[in-house]
Amino acid sequence: MEAVRFDNVKFSYEEDGAEFAVNGVSLSVEEGQFVAILGRNGSGKSTLAKLVNALLTPTEGKVTVFGMDTLDPKMTFEIRKSAGMVFQNPDNQTVASVVEDDVAFGPENIGVPREEIGKRIEFALDAVGMQAFRHATPSRLSGGQKQRIAIAGVLAILPKIMILDESTAMLDPRGRREVMEVVKKLNKERGMTVLLITHFMDEALQADRAIVMHRGEAVMDGAPEEIFARSDELESYNLTLPRAAAVCKQLQAAGMPVGNAFDAEELAEEICRSLQKG
Amino acid sequence: MLNDVTFGQYYPAKSFVHNMDPRAKIVLIIAFIVAIFLARNFFGLAAVFLVLVFLVLLSRVPFGRVLRSIKMILFVIVFTAILNLFFYSGESAYEPLVDWWIFTITYESVVNMVFLALRLFLLVMGTSILTLTTTPVALTDGIESLLTPLKWIRFPVHELALIMSIALRFIPTLTDETNRIIAAQKARGANFETGGLIRRAKAMLPVLIPLLVSAFRRAEDLGDAMDARCYSGAKGRTKYKKLRFTWRDLLGVLFFAALITGIVFLNMYLGTKFDIIAQIASLF
Repeated sequence: MEAVRFDNVKFSYEEDGAEFAVNGVSLSVEEGQFVAILGRNGSGKSTLAKLVNALLTPTEGKVTVFGMDTLDPKMTFEIRKSAGMVFQNPDNQTVASVVEDDVAFGPENIGVPREEIGKRIEFALDAVGMQAFRHATPSRLSGGQKQRIAIAGVLAILPKIMILDESTAMLDPRGRREVMEVVKKLNKERGMTVLLITHFMDEALQADRAIVMHRGEAVMDGAPEEIFARSDELESYNLTLPRAAAVCKQLQAAGMPVGNAFDAEELAEEICRSLQKG
Repeated sequence: MLNDVTFGQYYPAKSFVHNMDPRAKIVLIIAFIVAIFLARNFFGLAAVFLVLVFLVLLSRVPFGRVLRSIKMILFVIVFTAILNLFFYSGESAYEPLVDWWIFTITYESVVNMVFLALRLFLLVMGTSILTLTTTPVALTDGIESLLTPLKWIRFPVHELALIMSIALRFIPTLTDETNRIIAAQKARGANFETGGLIRRAKAMLPVLIPLLVSAFRRAEDLGDAMDARCYSGAKGRTKYKKLRFTWRDLLGVLFFAALITGIVFLNMYLGTKFDIIAQIASLF
């Protein structure tokens, strides 16, 4: 089933609409897909994310989530129930001083009965591996843990789509790994549709599909490997290859017979193979 | 610099008092204050004091910890006590102790001063038991629940409670941020430690402005995050945590009813605070 659909969407933050943050994007995301949206600062990728769950509505064109039009105010609530969103700064999205109260916030808002909320808290904390912190104070947790709590807060609403708006940008490498693992697990085990907005190229490798945004337009769209193979084009959008892929490319340029590799493990294997051959 | 700012003064422990419903505790503390001001003689205050000691023992909070809350208010107590000593203007049945220029100290003014100081002391100690045994979150929930009747006059009770709990939640975040900004300004040569009061207040300005700007940005982010989690006000909202009134709270209510009744009786049979002079004299 089609989860998200953009039909020639334009969006401007200004009233007069002279400059478009999103300028004529058309795309469609199938349910269960893991899509990475890449782009530099100001490329319009965060705006794109906010258009999905009706935090912003298109100036022109149409965005639909499971067939619901984001321009229809009667649908806003339903759309936000199906498309949960995790933001960049973990400190700015917690409302309560106790983890379980914060996770309960979403279900409370949509009027879930009390016993059911208890079950949902359990489920959500379990899914992000934070059961032990149910009664903890978010401000004492690490960045990665806080962000997992934020994911749990969204999961408790039982959405079908999870939007992560640069949710790993402020985390240390360990926190990033924690969050990425949770997201991957949600996608693989629960068939959650994931829209991952990021400027870390390595993270895009985990996705089924990558979309590159540049000046409000979706300029590249395809499997991550396919996109990283077009490195010159990528560079013209001010994006760099994942580190392992960059090393691989340099090795190729220096005349070492290695195949294309995008992460450290693949690269190690390629190097091994070429060394055995030689 | 701001590391020792602990918000609230909750003392975690498992006790009868900790387990009471916050609503009951708030109401009972009001009853406690009423009892203090109802007492007309020292016997009444002594009864309140005994109850206070009993409550502290029951709450398993160390006495030192409870007394610490007096430290902050000690100046106020001493100041009002001294004012009362010199400027008490009631009738006196005895010779003045001191009569110099505009200052007159009588037995009555001494008694009055002691009585007032004791009252303030009990007041602060009593209320600190509430804050020591109740988390800020539970207090907010309790206040929200107690204010519920105001919904009938369209008072935004839920919104007020949410604002309070968000404010509490942001205290540690903003404290961290303040420390960060102070460090950043120090690194650029700002000086917060020396100079007079005005100079130091002025030095805080480059800390407060960035803090304010960032607080607004955080507020906007939080608004988005709340929208994304389907927040739409109190309408159609359920609540996960429900406060429960238990046998503990019933016991507490009965206990405080007994205290107030006791004080009324002490007032009736043991005279006013000034009778203490005659009462002590009759002992000898």
